[in-house]
Amino acid sequence: MVESTINATQAVVTLDVPIQGLVWGSIITVNMWAKSIGTGVVFLAAFLWFRHKKDEMPNLRWLMPVLAFVSLNVFLLFTLIDLHQPYRMIHIFTHPHWTSSITVGAWMASLFLAIITILMVIGVADAFPGLGGKKCKLTAIARNNSGFYEKIMPFMVFLAIPVTTYTAIIMAQSSARELWQAPTEVMQMMWAALMAGSAALIFISGSWSKEARKDLALVLTFAVFFSFMMYMGEYFFSFKSSEAEAVLAYVHSGGAYSVEFWFGMTLGFIIPFFLGMSYMKSENMTLLRFAAILALVGLFLVKDVWLKIPQMLPLS
Amino acid sequence: MKLGFLVDLNLCMGCKGCEIACKVENEVPLSTWRLRVKYIDLGTFPDTRRSFTPLRCNHCESAPCERICPVSALHYLENGIVNIDSDRCIGCAGCMMACPYGAIYMDPETNTADKCTYCAHRIESGMMPACVVACPVEANIFGDIEDDHSHISLYIMEHKGAVQVRKPEKHTSPTHFYVGGGNATLNPLAHQRIEGFSLFNDITHLEHVGDKNHGILDRFLAPFTGHHGPTDNASFIESATDTESHEQEGGH
Ligand code: SF4
Ligand code: SF4
Repeated sequence: MVESTINATQAVVTLDVPIQGLVWGSIITVNMWAKSIGTGVVFLAAFLWFRHKKDEMPNLRWLMPVLAFVSLNVFLLFTLIDLHQPYRMIHIFTHPHWTSSITVGAWMASLFLAIITILMVIGVADAFPGLGGKKCKLTAIARNNSGFYEKIMPFMVFLAIPVTTYTAIIMAQSSARELWQAPTEVMQMMWAALMAGSAALIFISGSWSKEARKDLALVLTFAVFFSFMMYMGEYFFSFKSSEAEAVLAYVHSGGAYSVEFWFGMTLGFIIPFFLGMSYMKSENMTLLRFAAILALVGLFLVKDVWLKIPQMLPLS
Repeated sequence: MKLGFLVDLNLCMGCKGCEIACKVENEVPLSTWRLRVKYIDLGTFPDTRRSFTPLRCNHCESAPCERICPVSALHYLENGIVNIDSDRCIGCAGCMMACPYGAIYMDPETNTADKCTYCAHRIESGMMPACVVACPVEANIFGDIEDDHSHISLYIMEHKGAVQVRKPEKHTSPTHFYVGGGNATLNPLAHQRIEGFSLFNDITHLEHVGDKNHGILDRFLAPFTGHHGPTDNASFIESATDTESHEQEGGH
């Protein structure tokens, strides 16, 4: 990999221990990917409610928290299974160390999930009046406090920002993985959330007004475009330490993960961009759904590769 | 008191006594290490030289591993040692992502992170770290760097200008120093790692961190079933038997 010939020293490692391979692999990718959907749908719902009337997107009020609830649980489950001592997860709450963004993130994500659960219960209870029968206390409480949903929604949007970006801070704290330490990583996480959120909502937007759907397509198109540009900037032009540069030079030259990176970029960013643009004219829903699937798949691939490449840095 | 470590690379003869002493003292499992001695060959024939570099945790004053640990399993002791509490560790591997020196491993038997502690348990009872005691040429010098008259402080003063730390650009402020090393020994980019060509064994990449036989499900079942899976060294053995390419490249 980075072992270019070094004439100046002519130094060769002749004996060393086996080098540890990947430590954070695809489990963490699922974690980040699912989190992007979970927070992204909240951003998108807020945006759409700001721009349009609620009855233009009748199912959004209950389906948004359901989508977020499922995604966040996938995110937390995969966080848990990546731990070598999963039952000790509780230590994050009983012995928190606040300099760690892992701790801060876990607390915020838990709070976020708790509030999303409340939104989901209210949203579902309102959408299905017969649910649980007349005697169900939970749905009765939810229906009686229906207005609470709108009250906590702004707080949810506000909380979704750090929940989606805290992974970038964990990466910034990962001093051994320099490619993760780019300040742009924070924005990359935001774009990933907008991309994943709009892609996920496209699947439930069949009954929405044309304008609302167009807005979804617009956000998806913008998100893949800016995300792509940022990846390109990072990949080709940013200034990094010599070690990070050496790893990237190896990938650029067709080394490990190069094919996956470009495959993911084409699938998840370039093609959805053109499909999203074409939707603006054609309003072809099948194409838009196809773009959404590609964006979700491509985002996963690129996130996976971006997680793994920096772990090739030699540390000694 | 702030404890520090210094290795005089001019003295080190690569005997690996420290490595073995550390393994025995701390019961470091197979396939993992707290301390290792890396060999580097420098120059071109006939003008060549072999250099040895003992590598261990640097007990950084500004330790990224301590900062990222969500549960304070990694913590500072009053004497400056960056210690680890394996009962606290949740095994998130955050510290492995943060340590720029690759000094932390995931113990395949306890499923928790571990690393060199400067033998904190020995220090507590007034003994020197096991590696210091084992070194036959006294290349390892350990002591209080805040005490101007300690052996290590005198050594640092005597070699002023020639004292190095690993990756100073990381701003971790290591308390582990080297004398007599060059760029090639301490900088990972200044040497080549040729796969399959090495002195005693192939340089291999561990595909699995922790026990290969200890999968995700086992982690959840471990408290009920116990951990019976043996530490599996098959991955090294398999690659070690692939001698063809090794020999083609001039290996023994
Ligand atoms: S060398 Fe690594 S493990 Fe040791 S204190 Fe520094 S960052 Fe932590
Ligand atoms: S693996 Fe253990 S010691 Fe390392 S950061 Fe996680 S909890 Fe802390």
